[in-house]
Amino acid sequence: MTKPLEIRWHGRGGQGVVTASRILAEALLREGKYFQAFPEYGPERMGAPVKAYNRVSSTPINIHSGVTNPEIVVVVDPTLFGAVNVLEGLGNDGIIVANFPEPPAKLRELLGFTTGTVVTVDASSISREILGRVVVNTPMLGTLCRVFQEVRIDTVLEAVRSQFGEKLRPEVIEKNLTCLKRAHEEAQVG
Amino acid sequence: MAKVMGLTGKVMGLNGNAAVAYAMKQINPDVIAAYPITPQTDCVERFAEYVSEGLVNTQFVTVESEHSAMSACIGAAAAGGRVMTATAANGLALMWEMLYIASSMRLPIVMMVTNRALSGNINIHCDHSDTMGARDAGWIQLFSENAQEAYDNIIQAVKIAEDLEVRLPVMVTQDGFIISHAVEQVKVLDDDLVQEFVGAYKPAYPLLDVTHPVTYGPLDLFDYYFEHKRSQIEAIDNCFPVIRRVGEEFGKISGRKYDLLETYKLEDAEYVVVALGSTCGTAKEAVNLLREKGKKVGLLKIRCFRPFPKEEIIKALVPRRGVAVLDRSVSFGGFGGPVFTEIRSALCDAPARPFIIDFFYGLGGRDIYVEDIEKALLQIEDVVQKGQVDQYIGYLGLRE
Repeated sequence: MTKPLEIRWHGRGGQGVVTASRILAEALLREGKYFQAFPEYGPERMGAPVKAYNRVSSTPINIHSGVTNPEIVVVVDPTLFGAVNVLEGLGNDGIIVANFPEPPAKLRELLGFTTGTVVTVDASSISREILGRVVVNTPMLGTLCRVFQEVRIDTVLEAVRSQFGEKLRPEVIEKNLTCLKRAHEEAQVG
Repeated sequence: MAKVMGLTGKVMGLNGNAAVAYAMKQINPDVIAAYPITPQTDCVERFAEYVSEGLVNTQFVTVESEHSAMSACIGAAAAGGRVMTATAANGLALMWEMLYIASSMRLPIVMMVTNRALSGNINIHCDHSDTMGARDAGWIQLFSENAQEAYDNIIQAVKIAEDLEVRLPVMVTQDGFIISHAVEQVKVLDDDLVQEFVGAYKPAYPLLDVTHPVTYGPLDLFDYYFEHKRSQIEAIDNCFPVIRRVGEEFGKISGRKYDLLETYKLEDAEYVVVALGSTCGTAKEAVNLLREKGKKVGLLKIRCFRPFPKEEIIKALVPRRGVAVLDRSVSFGGFGGPVFTEIRSALCDAPARPFIIDFFYGLGGRDIYVEDIEKALLQIEDVVQKGQVDQYIGYLGLRE
């Protein structure tokens, strides 16, 4: 038995972290992996800190308890660093993937996280430039792909297209895909 | 989204609610009457979309409460329709008096219950208080470990309920949020295959068959009510062969065979944990970890709680040394939770019965971890080694 790889998403209500975890689930489905995607439901308020989770494995996943020790933490909103402990349960070799306008070294300093891996990208600016507003879940999926090896970025792009296909206009979907690719390219790993 | 695989059908990424809504679409019942309630809402909303998109022929009856939802289901089923609904928690509690009427009239209604705690205080998360509160209402109850089982159980439930040997309503449960809102792989069957499996519905005594007039639910006093209850007792007790046969037939079309119980590493187990629903998945991991440490442990998962499969449970548990029962609901003032009480009662006359202890856990959605279940198994091992029970009822994951 191998422990599934676990991912925790931090965002604020309305920023689409539940959707991001589901898009990742669909990409994993397309890659033939076993997966779970589930939110942490509490009082549902726009702007309040929320979490969502993924489990990933090459064998069926039986466990149905919450994720307490994720390998990867994705933070889609830079204002969360002062509000919640994003390092909770993350091991020394853990990976932090963050929407953060400065290089990884700065985030390491802010969090006091000296080991593991830190990936940063200015997802807010990228989406403001391309979409005209701040939509951070799709660029952060692209950023995650820099360090998450279980899925190819092309598969994530397909999954975004499929998930948004009925909800968004084609040009908006294309802009989301551009955001995702730009964030993937511009992400700094350190 | 589709990918062809296995015997038939495709693999989809669905949460438990969506998996059940998809099964309901494939079943395409005549009538659904339902009222939304967290965490079931998503299921009914999706089905309403199927109706508005014209993907089903179902008459969707929107009602103002769950009491009316079940009342409408009873009317539609008595009229001769194939009828389904879904609810949770307080919604199920509000149906209470109608549940008994549905089963007494022998109406094959299929209902999905997304398990949620009962108020108060107000809580939207999972426990089994809702379905355990309905355990005496004369419905068959099938519990699901994950979204796949919720999908599979709903399809089987239609065939079980409508079997002329059964003719009883069936409740299929899934754990609220834990399963209902978690997206996982679900292998779905082809639409045609589902239709073929459930078959065309032939109502037994439809009210609308005016050439053969019948009465449902008339006054039935001390003269015959008792005899009618006895026939209902026998009806639900006689369901086991049908539930098993349908589980086997489903295995032939899906590759996933179902029985009343599922055992996991039980053959040589000395210490066993008994559970229902999603916790069984987590328990499998606990069993694996303790097996790696050389402990002879196993899991008994109860899929069919009503009727209670006592013979199979005796067979599975009598050779064991100790049994730790996990109860996700409380019978206030009772001797342990509902699962514990039934299991102790079933094993009462066994020649060499194991030690049995109970743990309340997970009320109001309190998470249960692999370590909690390991603790329960180690505690029953300790009881057996000491040769006495100091405490019959304990708690897992509770702050003291």
